[in-house]
Amino acid sequence: MEVFLVSLLNGLVYGMLLFMLSSGLTLIFSMMGVLNFAHASAYMLGAYFAFTISLYVGFWPALILAPLLCGLIGAAIEMYGLRRVHKNGHIAELLFTFGLALIIEKCVQMTWGLVAVPYRVPAGLDFPLFSVYGTNFHAYRAFMLLISALMFVSIWLALTRTRVGLIIQASLTHPEMVGALGHNVPRVFTLVFAGGTALAGLAGVIGGNYQVTEPSMAFAMGPIVFVVVVFGGLGSLTGCFIASLLMGLIQTFAIVLDYSLADLLKQLGITITSSTPFAEVLSVPLPRIGALLPYILLVLILLVKPRGLMGTRDT
Amino acid sequence: MLEVRDLHAYYGKSHILQGVDLRIGEGEIVSLLGRNGVGRSTTCKAIMGLVPPQGSITFKGRAISGLRADQIAHAGIGYVPEDRQVFPTLTVRQNLELGLKRSATFGRWTFDDMFRLFPNLGERRDNPAGVLSGGEQQMLTMCRTLMGDPDLVIIDEPTEGLAPKLVEQVARLLDEIANRGVAILLVEQKLTIALKISRRLYVMGHGHIVFEGTPAELSANAAVRKEWLEV
Repeated sequence: MEVFLVSLLNGLVYGMLLFMLSSGLTLIFSMMGVLNFAHASAYMLGAYFAFTISLYVGFWPALILAPLLCGLIGAAIEMYGLRRVHKNGHIAELLFTFGLALIIEKCVQMTWGLVAVPYRVPAGLDFPLFSVYGTNFHAYRAFMLLISALMFVSIWLALTRTRVGLIIQASLTHPEMVGALGHNVPRVFTLVFAGGTALAGLAGVIGGNYQVTEPSMAFAMGPIVFVVVVFGGLGSLTGCFIASLLMGLIQTFAIVLDYSLADLLKQLGITITSSTPFAEVLSVPLPRIGALLPYILLVLILLVKPRGLMGTRDT
Repeated sequence: MLEVRDLHAYYGKSHILQGVDLRIGEGEIVSLLGRNGVGRSTTCKAIMGLVPPQGSITFKGRAISGLRADQIAHAGIGYVPEDRQVFPTLTVRQNLELGLKRSATFGRWTFDDMFRLFPNLGERRDNPAGVLSGGEQQMLTMCRTLMGDPDLVIIDEPTEGLAPKLVEQVARLLDEIANRGVAILLVEQKLTIALKISRRLYVMGHGHIVFEGTPAELSANAAVRKEWLEV
């Protein structure tokens, strides 16, 4: 039971972190049709910026400044890069963002070095908040949950209660019509791109010290974020939210549940011996395939629902 | 007010508009008729900047060819697409709100006007537009565009697929639009309302205008109707 509770909380923390990363990507992908390979790079930049800023002025200013910096970089990328490349079609955009991701990685390596930097959890939050039968739940994780929840509520309010939010929602499904009604869609795109990058940066600030801040973190996080976006469905923030939590929980629980398919079959009265066909596959314990599960789920959902969980349009 | 000269447009390599000329005077109701696929909708989109136009388009004396759709909308042209394009997740009222070019800046039309003209929309003002019937969605798109207070509104096939009773409602709204001094470019396939309300009509065939005249002239010209309109 205690394992379940702590894993549930950890899964939520990881899921909300995924949502912070993928919500921006899903908005960008749905509105502009740009599969932004450099999105996870903003996550990495957020972590590195926060590391450097916190060396000088501490963690709390970094929590604000690093995402802002990422947002500005995002706005610049959209206005001076993507907008020009856009005219040449999707392949050009794809290559552009892919190249950008590589360039950012190299820049990070040149600036901060090849190995991980000691970006640590702030001292004020570095204690176990409570412990259940010897398993600690760290205060910093509670803080991450709090920040993610605040972010979720503010995005939701901004999208549903403000005029710009309504324009963004409308542009998700009918960008041409929004333009024909007199709204400057390119400006909305820049805003969304900047906002999405800033959110990824924020995820980096609070996730970089929870995980490890190193040059490969962008390429480690990238695939799972894409899985979340496609699984949740294009154009749906709700789908993205559900997918994030699901992937977070699955990956966390997969690590603690040390069972294999063979154990499951044993419960059903079927015993697996080394002579059974596929014995090796059946007896692989769950923690070892945990990292694979999101991709398996992605394939499954695309077979059943090609538009993803709650997608409103095709890719 | 609107002057289109030698307008060409392409979809990829296919040459859709091959030199369209048309003009619309202040407050005038003009219809653009023709069968499916002759380029009526492309003409609308090219004027609105949604398809890249080649040729000259001037509105109120200002060249608008090459501007972005939102700039053309701000110049005073409204556009109601044939596929309706309501924002399905937003409420009826929010749809209308996005018709306003600046927040809470009203021109000839207010929310109350729309809800009075179409009580159905008023009753469902807080429902998502996606659940409205096809007819209601048609009214909503027209109202939404009008909220932006255009001086010319381009309406693409507003009566397509509507029951006769709803077609009447569309006709009444067109009257109301004209009464408020707004010019209309009505795109239709059938002659039903076009003959009744238009001052002039254009007939399109294969990418250019094949007839221009008054409703009486078109009624009298069986050859044009047979060749370009009747199915």
